[in-house]
Amino acid sequence: MEKIKSVLVYCEVENQKVADISQELLSAGKRLAEKLGSPLEAMIFGSDLHGIESQIAPFGVDRLFIGNSLRLEPYRTLPHAALAAHILKEEDPQIVLFGATSVGRDLAPRLASKLNCGLTADCTILDIGDHFVKKEKKEYKDLLYAIRPAFGGSIMANIINWDMHPQMATVREGVMKKEIFDEHYNTEIVEVDVHSIVNEEDFVVEIIDRQIKESGVNLKEAPIIVAGGYGVGSKENFDYLKELAELLGGEVGGSRAAVDAGFIEHDRQIGQTGTTVRPKLYIAAGISGAIQHTAGMQDASMIISINNDPEAPINKLADYVIHGDLGVVVPKMIKYYKQNAK
Amino acid sequence: MRPLKIVVLAKQVPDTRHVGPDAMKPDGTVNRGKLSTVFNPDDLHALELALNIKDRIPGTTVTLLTMGPPKAADIIREGYYRGADFGVMISDRRFGGADTLATSYTLVKGIKKLAPYDLVLSGRQAIDGDTAQVGPQCADKLNIPQVTYVEEVVQITNDKIIVRRRLSKGVETVSSPFPCLMTVHGSSPTCRSRHAKKVMQYKYARTKTELRSADEMLLSLHQKRPYLTIPEWSVEDIEANVEKIGLNGSPTKVKSVENIVLTANEAKFLTESDADIEMMIKELIEHHTIG
Ligand SMILES: Cc1cc2nc3c(=O)[nH]c(=O)nc-3n(C[C@H](O)[C@H](O)[C@H](O)COP(=O)(O)OP(=O)(O)OC[C@H]3O[C@@H](n4cnc5c(N)ncnc54)[C@H](O)[C@@H]3O)c2cc1C
Ligand SMILES: Cc1cc2nc3c(=O)[nH]c(=O)nc-3n(C[C@H](O)[C@H](O)[C@H](O)COP(=O)(O)OP(=O)(O)OC[C@H]3O[C@@H](n4cnc5c(N)ncnc54)[C@H](O)[C@@H]3O)c2cc1C
Repeated sequence: MEKIKSVLVYCEVENQKVADISQELLSAGKRLAEKLGSPLEAMIFGSDLHGIESQIAPFGVDRLFIGNSLRLEPYRTLPHAALAAHILKEEDPQIVLFGATSVGRDLAPRLASKLNCGLTADCTILDIGDHFVKKEKKEYKDLLYAIRPAFGGSIMANIINWDMHPQMATVREGVMKKEIFDEHYNTEIVEVDVHSIVNEEDFVVEIIDRQIKESGVNLKEAPIIVAGGYGVGSKENFDYLKELAELLGGEVGGSRAAVDAGFIEHDRQIGQTGTTVRPKLYIAAGISGAIQHTAGMQDASMIISINNDPEAPINKLADYVIHGDLGVVVPKMIKYYKQNAK
Repeated sequence: MRPLKIVVLAKQVPDTRHVGPDAMKPDGTVNRGKLSTVFNPDDLHALELALNIKDRIPGTTVTLLTMGPPKAADIIREGYYRGADFGVMISDRRFGGADTLATSYTLVKGIKKLAPYDLVLSGRQAIDGDTAQVGPQCADKLNIPQVTYVEEVVQITNDKIIVRRRLSKGVETVSSPFPCLMTVHGSSPTCRSRHAKKVMQYKYARTKTELRSADEMLLSLHQKRPYLTIPEWSVEDIEANVEKIGLNGSPTKVKSVENIVLTANEAKFLTESDADIEMMIKELIEHHTIG
């Protein structure tokens, strides 16, 4: 019988901590693997990874490839690409998943080129399904449906690949839910012989300096931003916005007036002198819409304005204008989201 | 410092902020004719980075390379207006329908024809496909190192370039030997504007295809000033394998497309009533905006 090919997840790690996105992907990968009746595998490359499996096994990983060497951290493209390519060629998985992060979006395309296979970017939904290819008069079973927004979020495309393998996809952070499969899952560990695979030439790009903020605010990459202005009124009221943002898998932002008033941290300011964002959804609560603010958010795909002034300039940009008190509206949004989300 | 040869990859993109429902063909590919087009924003940043290096190191040349339909020649003209030295267009119906794998294959064939080069620059991502894949895929096919998300050039020596990268949670300074490929982040400086003199000089630049419908005046001008004729390369010119380009060379296929455009910015006005808020949340979930 033919061996059932695996679903394989590339895991990111820094300072002995497996990235949240990677654990989210393991959960998503497990769901796909169960539908396919195939094993779930993972690969992780970094330094000092002794015991790292404790952060990976509980997601139901059948086999974990570990590349352990001081030179593999922090991430650099070429050595990671060499290791991943080696494993993919040996294992021949059917599906490979990466985070749509600074790392995953750097590595996955290079690998896809190396392996001459398809890669679907920034998926928000992954599923399994069939496809009939008219030209070949052939039905392909159990393909990966990689569903992603494109054209600035105005369409959702279901992207498939039936002829060049493996099928690869990247997924944005916060899109999939982490689910522990089994605390005591038995994972086979395979140590990768790093030095026989990676060449000296793979280290030509040198990292001279690196400044990473652990709890870094990630406004730029956030698909959804809930922003509050001076109209929010207090630091405490901002908690409702935070709750809504968390629930929707987004980040909280603010206008300068909200920052100046001390309602929210400075690194969350949006606008001309803050961060420029292009999320798929921007919720502006109690923000009037000064040009210095809108300069930083007007390219959002969809804008909801919540304001008690029907004439607030921000309403001109908005797709939904809610005329009301944000203290009433935001809790209702939380309530109805909880009631209606799958 | 020795002068560098820089190739900048630039793409003409549909203005995705104004995509109407009629802009997609039934097979899911873009109906470019229905959309206004713009110079991909990140690619203008890449051009600026190249021009900035040219300012620092006299003798450096900047060549713009684009693949696209005949209309994409606008990109080359726009590049000339802003200070590029050369422009080349890759255009052939057979390149149509390419995914990022086929696109990078094609661009690399063009880059190789432009060799030798020290630096290949691309934008971080294009606003239509939004994948950010073409840069790293080109680097792999050229078998050179890649440095993604570049925000600033810190230093250049004869054999090395040091740059700052913008990561989602911070910054990183790295050095790479030449030749290498860098993708340029939108947080880098915005592109300088057009020079009036260059606009005068290049406004009659045309590709062969465009010249087919040109008048006498334009033709004789091109005869006098050959630099005005934008090189246009076909499948044969770049010796591309037809199995690796266009739809044939593209493993990813669009199975279906769901349009989630709300009627172009006609706002819905709601009150704070329970009914209104619930209706909105349901719509957002249904359109996959949240969920
Ligand atoms: C050089 C310069 C740079 C700047 N850069 C930035 C920048 O980067 N980012 C930025 O944001 N600003 C910036 N500003 C400031 C900008 O001009 C505005 O002052 C600021 O954006 C206003 O913030 P706001 O909308 O929160 O406050 P306000 O203008 O005070 O608006 C508050 C809004 O809340 C509404 N509201 C009040 N109570 C409620 C309620 N209970 N329910 C619902 N709605 C309510 C009001 O109707 C009003 O519309 C800059 C200014 C300058 C001069
Ligand atoms: C709805 C939809 C979804 C898609 N999803 C995927 C997908 O998931 N995976 C996939 O492989 N393809 C996908 N494609 C196809 C992809 O958009 C095209 O291959 C496109 O030609 C290049 O991809 P991009 O726009 O994402 O470019 P990016 O990879 O984002 O572009 C990065 C940089 O590469 C350079 N570049 C890109 N194209 C050109 C060019 N033609 N000429 C010169 N320079 C260029 C530019 O400098 C650009 O800034 C999709 C297309 C559509 C319509």
